[in-house]
Amino acid sequence: MNRMQQSVESAQAVAESDAVAVERTLAGDRDAYRVLVERHSHNVFRLAYRMTGNRHDAEEVVQEAFLRGYQKLGQFAARSNFGTWVYRIAANYAIDRMRQRQKEEARREAPRAEDGDGMENDPLNRVKDEAPTPERLAQSLELRKQMELALAALSEAERAAFVMRHWEGCGIEEIAGVLKSSSSAAKNTVFRAVQKLRHALEPFVEAKARGRAMGSES
Amino acid sequence: MKHVKEEELIAYRQGIAEQRAVISEHLAACEECRGELDRIETVLAALDTLPVPDPGADYGRRVWREIAPRLAEKPGRWWQVWREPRRLMAAGGVVALLIAAFVAGRFTKRDRTGENVANQEQIRERVLVVAVGEHLGHSERMLIELSNAAPNDPAEKEVNISAEQRRAEDLLQENRLYRQTALQEGDAGLASVLDELERVLLDVAHSPEEVTPAQLEAIQKKIEARGILFKVRVVNKELQQRQEAARPAQSESMKRERNKV
Repeated sequence: MNRMQQSVESAQAVAESDAVAVERTLAGDRDAYRVLVERHSHNVFRLAYRMTGNRHDAEEVVQEAFLRGYQKLGQFAARSNFGTWVYRIAANYAIDRMRQRQKEEARREAPRAEDGDGMENDPLNRVKDEAPTPERLAQSLELRKQMELALAALSEAERAAFVMRHWEGCGIEEIAGVLKSSSSAAKNTVFRAVQKLRHALEPFVEAKARGRAMGSES
Repeated sequence: MKHVKEEELIAYRQGIAEQRAVISEHLAACEECRGELDRIETVLAALDTLPVPDPGADYGRRVWREIAPRLAEKPGRWWQVWREPRRLMAAGGVVALLIAAFVAGRFTKRDRTGENVANQEQIRERVLVVAVGEHLGHSERMLIELSNAAPNDPAEKEVNISAEQRRAEDLLQENRLYRQTALQEGDAGLASVLDELERVLLDVAHSPEEVTPAQLEAIQKKIEARGILFKVRVVNKELQQRQEAARPAQSESMKRERNKV
């Protein structure tokens, strides 16, 4: 048996055992839901962390996703994959959470904008303003900071679309479902996200590559 | 040679390009586009190095410990949401409308003359007009209350809008039914306003129960920007006029019915 077959069969086994756990939970066996929570928490956490960018929010998203999943479990019965379903609930909640965060941050920064020309509030400008020195550029930590800033500068829909497509390998239909948009709009959102990330990060990535090349020459 | 656009290269890299074979063929022959794709690839590869913290082997158990006390004894079956009193009331209203429309249909089916068919249409439309008018009135009141909501104390960090949120949820169910009915009846104008109203109701229903003053202001601005209150008032006025206009015609036909007897 090759590795591909093994992984397909193991995914089928998980889906079947998820379906049994869902049925038992619906029949009143609350502990059966525990199996689902313990099995899928890590995957949901990974998605939530990439979407929110911090551990605290990610953990809140995970808990809320499983709570909502339990409350809506009756609606799930006809569906096939609990993992995908709870993933979608988490993605939706993460978007709400990010929107809430952005509004709070915008409110906090509003008084500062009144002093200047308003450009300080553009997250992309913040990325450029914090241009590091050539020495710091060579440090991976600096690039990491820039990447986190560039991700934070995306709109919540762009970040969700990028995370779901690039890191989690979700289908465009699934992303469109979370964004409540058409497939072509979801594709455009993925494109815009990559384009913004590229434009914000390319100078730093190239500088780091140049630094590495010079280091290897000397 | 016509080069591949950035948009297409990104879609190609993300596996969502429509003309994958054409782009592959071009890339094989074009160094410039290969270089462009490499630059995109380098940025994405750098992003792939961003770490995700490991929440720990016992993370699933910790999540369970956190949420277990907050779970109800039994998860919700889809039909159980309709057992909540407020939803029962909304469902009751919808059932009453359907019964009224059915009775109207039965009453006018006694004989199939052209006049009775016209009556049937009129009565059905009146049922819809009255019901939608009431629905728009309720929606308008909820939106006005939400538009005028403000923290009791300027120092308050959260404003509770759970009452408006629940009303929006109930109105949403009714709104969907009326929008579909308006579409079936060929009333595109009414269906369009109900569609806009549905979006606003969705926004309110999906808002958190407790919002910050800034979030509340954002909701209020959204209601204002869409001009939904004005549109609802205009449509409601039109419906009232339609109702008025239908009355004399109906009383005339009823008189004729009575004379026949």
